[in-house]
Amino acid sequence: MTQPAMPKTWYVPSKPHKFCPGCGHPLILKALGEAVDELGIQNQTVYGCDIGCSLLSWNFFAIDSTQTHHGRTTPVMVGMKRARPELICVGYMGDGGGYSIGSQHLVNSAIRNEKITLILANNTNYAMTGGQLAPTTLPGQKTETTPFGRDPQLTGNPTMGPEMISTITGDGAYVARGTVAKYRQLKGFIKKALQNQMEGNGFSFVEALSTCPTNWRTNAKQTWDWLEDKMGSFYPVGELKSPFRKED
Amino acid sequence: MEKPVTGTRKVFMTGNETVAWAALAAEADIMFGYPITPQNEIMHYWTRLGAKYERGFLQTEDEISAGFTVCGAIIAGKKAFTATAGPGNTLMQEPFSMAEAMRLPTVAIIQQRGGPSSGTVIYSQQEVTLTTYGGNGEGHRIVYSTASHQEIYDYTIKAFNTAWKYRFPTFVLGDGYQAKMREPLEIYDPAEKNIEMIKPSPMVGLPGQIGIEREPQHLCNIYSMEEELYDVVLQMQAEYERIIPELVEYECRECDDAEILVISHGVVSRSTDDAVMALRSQGIKAGAFRPITLRPFPTQKLREILRSGVKKMLVAESAYGQLVRLLQQEVYGETVPIETLLMPGVGIIDADIISKVKSLVE
Repeated sequence: MTQPAMPKTWYVPSKPHKFCPGCGHPLILKALGEAVDELGIQNQTVYGCDIGCSLLSWNFFAIDSTQTHHGRTTPVMVGMKRARPELICVGYMGDGGGYSIGSQHLVNSAIRNEKITLILANNTNYAMTGGQLAPTTLPGQKTETTPFGRDPQLTGNPTMGPEMISTITGDGAYVARGTVAKYRQLKGFIKKALQNQMEGNGFSFVEALSTCPTNWRTNAKQTWDWLEDKMGSFYPVGELKSPFRKED
Repeated sequence: MEKPVTGTRKVFMTGNETVAWAALAAEADIMFGYPITPQNEIMHYWTRLGAKYERGFLQTEDEISAGFTVCGAIIAGKKAFTATAGPGNTLMQEPFSMAEAMRLPTVAIIQQRGGPSSGTVIYSQQEVTLTTYGGNGEGHRIVYSTASHQEIYDYTIKAFNTAWKYRFPTFVLGDGYQAKMREPLEIYDPAEKNIEMIKPSPMVGLPGQIGIEREPQHLCNIYSMEEELYDVVLQMQAEYERIIPELVEYECRECDDAEILVISHGVVSRSTDDAVMALRSQGIKAGAFRPITLRPFPTQKLREILRSGVKKMLVAESAYGQLVRLLQQEVYGETVPIETLLMPGVGIIDADIISKVKSLVE
């Protein structure tokens, strides 16, 4: 049977994948897969995934992989990298795992400039658990735990992850925000975040704006509008810190 | 690289320093830790000694991270360990639970302090329940309760081999007294005693090209179906039960004709031993039973002793009934009455036990 075009490092027996139709995760994971392919690092890469929808990627890649706990992918990858610096350690998580329950790990591993790569999907809600408030939920956005819309007076402002991380990391760190709406740019960011680790420069972090039509309760057009207009205007896309030559 | 310990050497050191030397001798590669009293000096000695023998260390942002970095390093194939106490032990239950689920051979030294909450920084035996059955699981762990610095050295070395042989999270349960006291002991190269240290092996980053020479590793601790998890837990339980006879350790003193059996663990068992000798010299038929492994518990041996003429048990512990509950569960059905000497968070000396026993036999 003819297979659709997939990165070489996608694990075919686990396809079709288990993400909802219209979900942004598979696009981020496709970008990661292609980046790994192009860099030729399949055999020395270790992939770690968090809890939440990111967990559905535990057997997504033909790459050695481990699933962890909610928010704890960061310390697991830190321990792995410290133990075996020759491995390319990539952690994948959602906005809840990275910015809420695991924020202390994210912040401190960034401050220590750990030589790992973290990719965080920002879809403005806790999707796996049914669409609750996330640190990234936009002001006014309705979720199951903010049924009347997020009120920043009550729940604060959305977390600006890459802005925070770029401030606290040291020299050599790579920090960017991409979006699944600009696939080639996102892939470029992820590739550089991997290269940065390969060169041992410092902490590498990419936030990817992503979609969640299931919990947003949006159709295809509304989903894309929300991603490009609402999220795109709130969360600026681009490189915030890079030891490489700037792009975009 | 020269060995950190060669031959056998008589030393006089604290329990925390002893742990660091034992971990070096056990070929531990890396420690992850977070400051909490009374275990701090384990890190202090490890950072100094480790630098000399090319061992790794990272002070993490909290105990959750210390536990999970240990898990990560072990998945990557290195002998990693941590040490903690009290509220830190509470936080580490999450990573220990993952270690149980994924059969990661974590080693943790627990220097019990007073509880609940911040309690005291000094001493207790109040982390028995947490260390044996903490986490959202079934207590598939191995817990050694030490009573002397020599044992801290011996059992820390043993803990690494137990963990890597059986792949259940392994604990050395000490306490603040053992951590901070100085005692004479012998430190040795395990090879001198014909102890072969098990080499670690990686679960990821394996040799061979993926897709051509081998399949990728996909490790997980979550399951889609109830039945999948059920099978996993039952298999773990079966394996755990199978290895119990290889693991259980205990000490008996004057148990053969004992009418009153004093049961205690850890440092309290030293007071019990003294008390039993004193009581015997006064004609009271006292005996002492000490579980060294609290998990798995030496149930079979204890039941045998109880059936050989023991009229009463006295459980003495620096906690309010944590050993008692363990015991009740393990010797359920035996008819020997259980008396208690429960002193949560404070030390127990021989005089305390002697007077309690006398009050029971009068």
